[in-house]
Amino acid sequence: MNCMENALSIFVRSIFVDNMIFAYFLGMCSYLAVSKNVKTSFGLGVAVTFVLLITLPVNYLLERYVLRAGALSWLGEGFANLDLSYLSFILFIAVIAAITQLVEMVVEKFTPSLYNSLGIFLPLIAVNCAIMGGALFMQQRLGLEASDPKALKSIGDVVAYALGSGVGWILAIVGLAAIREKLEYSNVPAPLRGLGITFITVGLMAMAFLCFSGLKI
Amino acid sequence: MKMNEELKNTLLGPLSKNNPISVQVLGICSALAVTVEMKPALVMGVSVMIIVALSNVVISLIRNTIPNSVRIIVQLVVVAALVTVVSEFLKAFAFDVSVQLSVYIGLIITNCILMGRLEAFAMANKPWASFLDGLGNGLGYAIILVVTAFFRELFGSGSLLGYRIVPQSWYEAGYVDNGLMMLPSMALILLACIIWVHRAVDKELQEK
Repeated sequence: MNCMENALSIFVRSIFVDNMIFAYFLGMCSYLAVSKNVKTSFGLGVAVTFVLLITLPVNYLLERYVLRAGALSWLGEGFANLDLSYLSFILFIAVIAAITQLVEMVVEKFTPSLYNSLGIFLPLIAVNCAIMGGALFMQQRLGLEASDPKALKSIGDVVAYALGSGVGWILAIVGLAAIREKLEYSNVPAPLRGLGITFITVGLMAMAFLCFSGLKI
Repeated sequence: MKMNEELKNTLLGPLSKNNPISVQVLGICSALAVTVEMKPALVMGVSVMIIVALSNVVISLIRNTIPNSVRIIVQLVVVAALVTVVSEFLKAFAFDVSVQLSVYIGLIITNCILMGRLEAFAMANKPWASFLDGLGNGLGYAIILVVTAFFRELFGSGSLLGYRIVPQSWYEAGYVDNGLMMLPSMALILLACIIWVHRAVDKELQEK
């Protein structure tokens, strides 16, 4: 029961308190580029969540059984002292690129309708910082003390973290897209038009999300 | 002569007219996250500059042998290898900064500036031109980082590069650091101000 509670708390925290966009600016490039209308931005959000949900647990297993110091001890005594953590960047990005490719092929084969709505975004996700950032933050949080509320302890926590981060990302991008649709009709000073006003909007949204930072779960 | 002119444009264009952050909107994630103080911003700027320049050269050297269908993965592996080298180097010689930068050094791999420059420039140009393009874009990125960090550190903690600028007597007279500057949201708004000034000066860049 305690385990469930922990996962739930990580899920809620990663949506509101440690929001990928507002607290860590992850995935900002596509966030700014695609948030012009609500429908496509929701599509991108779903695609990001989907890929996060698959890549994070895979990278977790990789970290646990291959990369970490002493992780290879299941291969035998001789491997117990190996520390491959310097390989983590290359392995994580390779896993992400491969899985994005795989997801794209599977989605295309089995659910063409989903593929048509996500189609353009799927290949782009391989280089979305949110996915790589999720993997690196997970690696960092696995090493935290168990008493820290941010610590991830099991694969269940990792899945909760992935889902929460994805949902937080959707929330952020759909919110921004809705505001930008309205901003189309407003009279913005010429040098601020487009990018400038978008940054200010995101800044204000980030401030609003600060209210959640006192949240105790 | 014409050749030299072109190379000069490749190097200096990204500083203002074609700035990776304020005009091309690439690599925003790390630009915002590491600018609380000047020191990590400088380190980040230099690291990105080195990595963009070198990866541009490497990709440009092997551009004719990369099959088109796997080019993204090849690019990612080259970049990831370079980032690993830089990250290990920082851990060895500047450990406190590398702790401060935490995951954002690793995130240089997915920094859009890299993929953008590799795709747009290095895949189609000779190594020397690609090197200059990478250097120019890295510099353009570093400038924005340093300017943002300058204001955030000056107003947020009253110091620059760790040295106290605001005198103690001001604090005794009731001056208070602006804590908002330390928060992520202010980075976005400061960047918007930089874009505002940039586009007010250079009217060609205005949208619509």
